[in-house]
Amino acid sequence: MRDLIDIMELSAEEIDGLIKTALDIIANPGKYAESCKRKKLATLFFEPSTRTRLSFEAAMLELGGSVIGFSDAACSSASKGESVADTARVIECYADIIAMRHPKEGAPLVAARNVDIPVINAGDGGHNHPTQTLADLLTIYREKGRVDNLTIGLCGDLKFGRTVHSLISAMSRYTGVKFVLISPEELRVPRYIVTDVLEARGIEYEETSDLDAALPKLDVLYMTRVQKERFFNEQDYLRLKDSYILTAEKMKTAPEKMIVMHPLPRVNEISVAVDEDPRACYFKQVRNGKYMRMALILKLLEVKI
Amino acid sequence: MIIGQIKDGIVLDHITAGKSIEIYEILGLGKLDCTVAMIQNADSAKMGKKDIIKVGKVIDLDFTVLGYIDPGITVNVIRDGKLFKREHLTLPEKVTGIIRCRNPRCVSSCEQELVQEFRLTDPEKKIYRCVYCDSEAPSIINK
Repeated sequence: MRDLIDIMELSAEEIDGLIKTALDIIANPGKYAESCKRKKLATLFFEPSTRTRLSFEAAMLELGGSVIGFSDAACSSASKGESVADTARVIECYADIIAMRHPKEGAPLVAARNVDIPVINAGDGGHNHPTQTLADLLTIYREKGRVDNLTIGLCGDLKFGRTVHSLISAMSRYTGVKFVLISPEELRVPRYIVTDVLEARGIEYEETSDLDAALPKLDVLYMTRVQKERFFNEQDYLRLKDSYILTAEKMKTAPEKMIVMHPLPRVNEISVAVDEDPRACYFKQVRNGKYMRMALILKLLEVKI
Repeated sequence: MIIGQIKDGIVLDHITAGKSIEIYEILGLGKLDCTVAMIQNADSAKMGKKDIIKVGKVIDLDFTVLGYIDPGITVNVIRDGKLFKREHLTLPEKVTGIIRCRNPRCVSSCEQELVQEFRLTDPEKKIYRCVYCDSEAPSIINK
């Protein structure tokens, strides 16, 4: 039984397979309605989340399975000092698959190493968020018709933005992909992403702090929120939080076929006026996330349709 | 300076000059009840200067630790005054329980009895990363 802790554990072929399954789910939802009957998903959310948790729950329910879990560490035995390993071992007695979000980086790996059922990383601190990447990839595929030969601008908090790290790693396996990394100096993408992923694979990239200059050359603009919860120092957060705001005015300089993505929640980095722009895809991303999580659950539970 | 040959024991050769004291401490050689000789700044055709440690007894060595600390070391095992085995160390793929992850956000900073584990991600630059959070390990001695 496999887990999904890091998006790189999935080969490009496996990701293509998940996209294919998700597209089939979209086209034929009835075919999958009872595919996980009598299977239970445990959503272990040690950190607040609305979208991801509900997306996992909706995904499992639409597959005919059921859901148990908690959405706040205070409601779990972690508040009594229980280790991640022990929590996972206990949950394994009740559930067939685990989706875990945890503020500590690597916590889902600890869980996966201690249980025999599949564990899905639903976000670990500022580290990885592979199922968001699956949602992103399906969105790019559906909107652009391909996931290769694209110039992707990533904007905002590229340091702590785990969705950004996973997306760069995943996209860097496709040919002809270029990255424009747009952030303040303090929130640049971690060096290991640059050295181990971009430079190691010879991927074309540029680092800039100028969103306006970058916009006209992008096929995809991926905006991110500066996350208050990742800062130890509130002063730094306040100074950086409004570094980039995408407005309807700015969108006038963007290519006609560029799409705007955001893992959500947004605070004010995308003006509400942009929502009406047909290039805004962030709510489509949410829906796509559910389909990809459905495809992933089917794969990890080895359900044959 | 003359340090006699050993009959049965281990010679750690080609230690980076100046590192023998750290290796002596990390391997706990001070706790042994046999002769231990440490030679610093010996002439070396290959390295210019090198350190050597001679241990008058065949002991179990953690090659992973040794390879991590100073991958250029040669380990010579001597039996009956003759070279019995020679090992050229390399950087280990995985290092457990030697270094601590410095990332306060890493699960290894708080999870009970979790063994610290690092994997070699860049052999050329000798970079190890935490398997849990991908943070780079503190620089190794012979980096």
